[in-house]
Amino acid sequence: MNPRGSNFTGPDRPTWDLYSKCIHCGLCLQQCPTYRVLGREADSPRGRIYQVLQVDAGRLRIGDSFVTHMDRCLGCRACETACPSGVQYGRILERARAEIESNYQRPWLERRLRDWFFTRVLHRRKGLERWAKWLRVYQRSGLQKVARASGMLKLLGLDKVEALAPQVDRAFFFPHLGMLYPAEGEVRGRVLFHVGCIASVAFTGLNEATVRVLNKNGFEVFIPRAQRCCGALQAHAGYREEAQRMARRNLRAFLEPNRDAIITNSAGCSAMMKEYGDLLQDNPKYGEHGRDVASKVKDVTEFLAEAGLRPPQRRLKARVTYQDPCHLAHAQKVRSAPRELLKALGAELVEMAHPDYCCGSAGTYNVTQNELSMKILEQKMDEVTQTRAEIIATANTGCMLQLRAGVKARGLNARVAHVIELLNEAYEDPPAAAEEQHSRHRRKRASHVPSS
Amino acid sequence: MPRSRISEELREIAGAEAVLDGAEDLMLYEYDAGLSTGTPQWVVFPETTKQVSRIAQLASRMNVPLVPRGAGTGLSGGSIPRAGGIVLVFSRMTKILEIDAANRRAVVQPGVVNADLSAVVARHGLFFAPDPASQKASTIGGNVAENSGGPHTLAHGVTVNHITGLEVVLPDGGVVQMGGKAADSCGYDLTGLFVGTEGTVGIVTAITVKLTKVAEAVETLLAIFHTIDDAANAVASITAGGITPVALEMLDGKTLRCVEEATHAGYPMDSGAVLLIELEGLREAVTEQAEAVRAVCERHNAREMRRAANEQERQLLWKGRKTAFAALGRLAPAYYTQDGVVPRSHIAKVLRYIETVAQKCNLQIGNIFHAGDGNMHPCILFDMRDPDQVKRTHEAGRMILTYCVDCGGTITGEHGVGMEKNELMPLLFSEDDLEVMKWVHDAFNPKSVLNPQKLFPTPRSCRETNVAGGIGGSR
Repeated sequence: MNPRGSNFTGPDRPTWDLYSKCIHCGLCLQQCPTYRVLGREADSPRGRIYQVLQVDAGRLRIGDSFVTHMDRCLGCRACETACPSGVQYGRILERARAEIESNYQRPWLERRLRDWFFTRVLHRRKGLERWAKWLRVYQRSGLQKVARASGMLKLLGLDKVEALAPQVDRAFFFPHLGMLYPAEGEVRGRVLFHVGCIASVAFTGLNEATVRVLNKNGFEVFIPRAQRCCGALQAHAGYREEAQRMARRNLRAFLEPNRDAIITNSAGCSAMMKEYGDLLQDNPKYGEHGRDVASKVKDVTEFLAEAGLRPPQRRLKARVTYQDPCHLAHAQKVRSAPRELLKALGAELVEMAHPDYCCGSAGTYNVTQNELSMKILEQKMDEVTQTRAEIIATANTGCMLQLRAGVKARGLNARVAHVIELLNEAYEDPPAAAEEQHSRHRRKRASHVPSS
Repeated sequence: MPRSRISEELREIAGAEAVLDGAEDLMLYEYDAGLSTGTPQWVVFPETTKQVSRIAQLASRMNVPLVPRGAGTGLSGGSIPRAGGIVLVFSRMTKILEIDAANRRAVVQPGVVNADLSAVVARHGLFFAPDPASQKASTIGGNVAENSGGPHTLAHGVTVNHITGLEVVLPDGGVVQMGGKAADSCGYDLTGLFVGTEGTVGIVTAITVKLTKVAEAVETLLAIFHTIDDAANAVASITAGGITPVALEMLDGKTLRCVEEATHAGYPMDSGAVLLIELEGLREAVTEQAEAVRAVCERHNAREMRRAANEQERQLLWKGRKTAFAALGRLAPAYYTQDGVVPRSHIAKVLRYIETVAQKCNLQIGNIFHAGDGNMHPCILFDMRDPDQVKRTHEAGRMILTYCVDCGGTITGEHGVGMEKNELMPLLFSEDDLEVMKWVHDAFNPKSVLNPQKLFPTPRSCRETNVAGGIGGSR
């Protein structure tokens, strides 16, 4: 079609079928966080798709300009919600980023850091554990205090990014791998739990709460030992092959018969796993199987709302606002489930003006695009502040970290919590009994063979 | 003066960050929501009226075209720099300068998004009435330039009916105030003249808008018909019967199926056409009118009548309507929407003609339109990779508009003339008519610095290239 030929090279490139769905009507512009901040067509979904089209037409190079604008995208997919033509923007973006990784030379240090994080740290439990332990030493040995107080971080330009790093837990969630947790009361179903990578080292409490709430609601939970990171961070960064590797491992790990669902508590993970079919579409061995597993994946809020909650003992007497995680609202179209759960708790739900606008977290975005991310967070915190909520509830770990940074920066007297943590508290037994049950809970070992 | 000097001066006026002049950046401003394309040499993001004025002076001095752009959601190429030059983007002039709820006025900068204004004044029980389908993205500056309408134009009128004052920068850099907050100003009604000039007369930098009170009651009905003819005849009967809905929209069967796939609003998948009818006013009056509408539709063989039970259902129906064009994007990679207006009593006839055109040109055409005011929106679907289809698409568009004019209508209701229909202006206006318009143009914009080659037919020699251009050609 074009004498110049495409500047894309890979087999998994953005195709005409994908991007020609965009009829450039512009209805996505105001829904895009970067367009709202920057006001530039190049940093809007329509503009990014146009750039992809021009690269494919051979008119635009995969150079600094293209990479800058693609890197700036949060991947929040709010544009997909706004798009009447049904453009699958997320797919176009992921493929474009994979093309960038194979056709563009990033600066040496950036390249090494990205390779290290996406193919080493996230690749195996060991890598993640080692990294988390170092970070924990830094955070808990007093080194962090020294670094912060000395102004060294500021000098290196790392102060803002450092403040966003997750607080590493004293105990990781890894010992729970391979465990089976029985349902309480009448058994309503059996589920598998995908624990998440960062969540395993920095949100152990949330993971435990997830298991416990599921048990309390009559669901037996099995945590497959061989599971890996879902691959979302890798796919979003253009490490598509690495993401495919993760997906294949997970497909094998979650190949458990007689299970009703595969549960995650991070919207980013469930969104990725629901799309395994697309990620592995060119792999005949896994494509079909990928779709099978994908059809079983449920976000924990979606799953519990569908199943119906067993009445919790305590009510949540608080003013709560709910932040829609992008990958729950836009990627999975799950909006009412978490709200229903909060209402079932008796919370007074106060909506902010745009609960489904991105908070700016977006996986590793708040680190790689810190300045822009903080501007987006500012807008979000303006809306949060107006609700005068005591609790900011959400359903994704990345959003939690970002919102906590926002609350701290504003000096707000508000707590950021996952919907599941709030549910867990409502089911809590008296303190002493809870402690005891909790420890019993964790010690309970189980065979790998799921009970039928 | 070389290009780099102009870049330098623009940077000096607006700031280094606010000027783009690299090829990779400029290509992002060569399109809008329509089919025309044209690449600028500079893109500038002004922040103040003063900056706009200085940029206008520079453009005039250098004889460089100057083209204002809002969100780029236009359908007639109004914001496309057809002859190159400077594109002024208003995405940094987005402040609501004043809300005067008591007097139902607001003063806004041109980059304010239409729906954002309504959202902000909602707490006063007010809204900004012009509601183009693009209102979630399109700017009020752009609405003023195109004199935009929307479904509720039927009762509320188009943009010009909701603008009382303007601050305008002239091509020589002069800044003038037209009108003000008062409903009527003395002297020439320059505000009325300015609205709809599509950026060919001046650049608006502040807009005083009229705000409208939200009605006490609203009733939204969906009338489902087996045939397009029945639906079209019902439209004529409703208005002839003295019922005045605030909106009266028609969607044909083909469009409905796409819309339903996109929005799941509950539109029927198997009907010939539906009418989306909205009534507003005092509660008792609305109930009475709804009954009358129901009776008329049933007389015209309506298969079923539904009503939106709550605001959520109402919003869903409207979402379906407002995203209908783009939803047709599911059927083909591109569409070309026409905007002719015909007398209501001719709707059925025109729709039949459109079907003949579709068959003759071997194209799919969907119809979603403002039936209440006879504003047709045939949406021609095509694939831009096929040059022959592109040619047939343009031909079909021309045939339909010519027919609209023959029926006593016009070539555009609200999308503007721009560079898309300027060659068709002689269908509607005599040479003398156009000459008078040209006087007005020349009085303000004598050197055609502002948005050149738009609205007026171009000299014959330029036309060949204009037909060959456009996204249809380049993509």
